[in-house]
Amino acid sequence: MAEHDSSQYYVPAQSPWPIVGAVALFMIAVGAGNLVAHLSRTGEPGWGRYVLIAGIVTILAMMFGWFRDQIKESRAGLHNEQLGVSYRQGMSWFIFSEVMFFAAFFGALFYARMISVPWLGGAGNNEMTNVVLWPQFEAIWPLVTTPDGTQTQAMGYMGLPLINTIILLLSSITIHFAHVGLEQNKRKQLFWMLFVTVLLGCVFLFLQVEEYIHAYQDLGLKLDSGVYGNTFYLLTGFHGMHVTLGTLFLIVMLFRIRAGHFTVDNHFAFQSSVWYWHFVDVVWLCLFVFVYVL
Amino acid sequence: MTTVTTANESATPQEHEHHGPEKGIKRWLYTTNHKDIGSLYLWFAFIMFLTGGAMAMVIRAELFQPGLQIVEPHFFNQMTTVHGLIMVFGAVMPAFTGLANWMIPMMIGAPDMALPRMNNLSFWILPFAFAILLASLFVEGGGPAFGWTFYAPLSTTYSGDSTALFVFSVHIMGISSIMGAINVIVTIWNMRAPGMTWMKMPLFVWTWFITAFLLIAVMPVLAGAVTMVLTDKFFGTSFFDAAGGGDPVMFQHIFWFFGHPEVYIMILPAFGIISTIVPTFSRKKLFGYASMVYATASIALLSFVVWAHHMFTTGMPVYAELFFMYCTMLISVPTGVKVFNWVATMWKGAISYEVPMMFSVAFIILFTFGGFSGLMLAITPVDFQYHDTYFVVAHFHYVLVTGAIFSLIAATYYWLPKWTGVMYDIGLAKAHFWCSLISVNVLFFPMHFVGLAGMPRRIPDYSVQFADWNQIISLGGFAFGLSQFIFLALLIKACRKQGEPVDAKVWDGAEGLEWEVESPAPYHTFTKPPKID
Ligand code: HEM
Ligand SMILES: [Cu+2]
Repeated sequence: MAEHDSSQYYVPAQSPWPIVGAVALFMIAVGAGNLVAHLSRTGEPGWGRYVLIAGIVTILAMMFGWFRDQIKESRAGLHNEQLGVSYRQGMSWFIFSEVMFFAAFFGALFYARMISVPWLGGAGNNEMTNVVLWPQFEAIWPLVTTPDGTQTQAMGYMGLPLINTIILLLSSITIHFAHVGLEQNKRKQLFWMLFVTVLLGCVFLFLQVEEYIHAYQDLGLKLDSGVYGNTFYLLTGFHGMHVTLGTLFLIVMLFRIRAGHFTVDNHFAFQSSVWYWHFVDVVWLCLFVFVYVL
Repeated sequence: MTTVTTANESATPQEHEHHGPEKGIKRWLYTTNHKDIGSLYLWFAFIMFLTGGAMAMVIRAELFQPGLQIVEPHFFNQMTTVHGLIMVFGAVMPAFTGLANWMIPMMIGAPDMALPRMNNLSFWILPFAFAILLASLFVEGGGPAFGWTFYAPLSTTYSGDSTALFVFSVHIMGISSIMGAINVIVTIWNMRAPGMTWMKMPLFVWTWFITAFLLIAVMPVLAGAVTMVLTDKFFGTSFFDAAGGGDPVMFQHIFWFFGHPEVYIMILPAFGIISTIVPTFSRKKLFGYASMVYATASIALLSFVVWAHHMFTTGMPVYAELFFMYCTMLISVPTGVKVFNWVATMWKGAISYEVPMMFSVAFIILFTFGGFSGLMLAITPVDFQYHDTYFVVAHFHYVLVTGAIFSLIAATYYWLPKWTGVMYDIGLAKAHFWCSLISVNVLFFPMHFVGLAGMPRRIPDYSVQFADWNQIISLGGFAFGLSQFIFLALLIKACRKQGEPVDAKVWDGAEGLEWEVESPAPYHTFTKPPKID
């Protein structure tokens, strides 16, 4: 791979990292598969946890190595404009796939609220369902009493959830200004705005944990508290995982900015971290409306 | 498609050595070359096809006679489940991805796929996913036995510990498909040679573009479905349990929201292949190129609003039944447009029946037949009779085996000389065609009869009245299975370059950039964008 010339195509060279990643995913799947099954059968984690941890470590190493190579090549000027466009399009489609992943859980939430719970309560032509199966069951949302009688309390939107919403909205603004800073080559603004964004992300995560503790201890709202608790924890949980990943992503960006990476017209990684962060934010807004408020 | 001429700017010999493949196993493990990765996908798919086929042989052996003969019912269920999963996710989808890898860059004048390293990753995680799935057959309590559709509560309340392995292996398959699809869509969007405008793209490229969109849209939903199965089974959630306010029918909605687009994922690239082969051997331009593109797009869009035709008997409200019935019937209109266009392309053409064309014509007739049985199933009131019988099995095997698989075989016979540089053994190919054609119909046609007469699917035993036809079906099945070894022999011969060397343009009526580069196609096809007018 010699010097590049934009009338030529550029094809990245071979790399050992993908196969390392494949092995890592294999370990994660086998480890998690064993762990989950063992846990539910015996209440104790089996050997699976070691395989799982090894897999996670391997995949982190893979990402580190892969991206390091990638950054080296990019900074050596090997990549051309076409590759940059490919990366951006690839990232956009990846985010679209994430949107669809959340759509599945939102779909489950809507189905439970609009269809399965009302039907269990006898709506439509389902009166016999109610009478025969659970005559004492009343269809209300949030579902604080399930048909088989599991009790819980609903999580309101005031307090922590509202504060978290404000925090995430703020962070979307700060990251936007970081981006503007990069585009106008104001490196200080870039760094500090991004720094604030990372802080806000961490605070969000901290408060989210607080909220879970509150839910478990004070409200008795648990993962297995019926379909209200299920959708609550899976939606907020997967969102929280995405915030965690996004924050890590931003922290890496901070270090790279410190190291002098990214220029006005070459900052794909930074840009995708911004997109990702906005995506996480939008998901939260939907969550706030449909899980907490309505 | 308009004619394409190109100043063939393949690499000079020196450059060639510089960029040539690495030696040994590293070439395959580390590769970023779309042709290497395409070959890996295709061979992997073929191995999975034989593996899944072996399971089908177990099923047909058990069903050869009424009564329990050979395997335990629980094992029988594992065979139907894993057969379906392997054929869908291990054979058909990777085979199409393999073709996309090999052909799309060549067809649009690109040097490679847009994201070559991710391309390697998306292939190499697949063998691991299937290793896990197959290994789960050997864990205590057996492998997945709830059908490829893993309906709750079969997959939650009544499944074994191996469900966790099943869930994670499906996750990996999904990651692989999504990465593969992102690569395809970005390649097509961003890597077309200058002058290759959207409406000049070969139809195989178009259909894959739309397929990739479908994949990115629905594979994550499948991931969501398996995740909910996992938490329902192991973490006490009740998404699919009415006692906790959920609903087992909700599983079916989520699954089929993925599942119906999925069946189009398995057939749209096939449409592209047939639309490529039929004009070549009819020596005419494809009839109605633009209408083909629009038909493909409308099939893809409609495929998001027909999912509940798999659930007519679940007790949905009548307006929902009607909505899904009409939408399903609507989707057969663009499908009909396609069949019409293929036939119109052949009309008054100077047709010759080379092997790819033989498979394509068989495709057109037999796929259409599957479409007709689909229409019958789409009629809600009659589906109450047909649902979960062998009639459904007949329907989807006509569209998938004589549809998707036949198109894959046709594509292989069409492009194999381009890949290997030699003409394959045509005698063997014809034998493969006739053996497959006859046996596949002996295998699947009588399933319509036993299905209409009420024989349920996925049951290891049956009432004696179905015995005669089942014996015939099983014989057809064994014959079809054996016929594929002819294909295997042919492929091995061709890959060892036993045969007449071929020119760049293997078929005189063929059009497209892939026929401008020499055969076998050089390791790197275009180092500079080719010129297209
Ligand atoms: C004219 C177009 C089509 C129509 C109207 C149609 C309609 C249907 C209907 C109504 C069912 C549900 C039957 C039941 O379970 O009672 C069904 C099942 C099925 N169809 Fe189609 N179909 C069409 C084309 C296709 C194509 C192109 C494919 C795949 C390449 C396909 C694959 C399947 C599969 C795999 C199933 C069964 C899934 C299962 O339950 O395991 N169909 N089809
Ligand atoms: Cu369908």
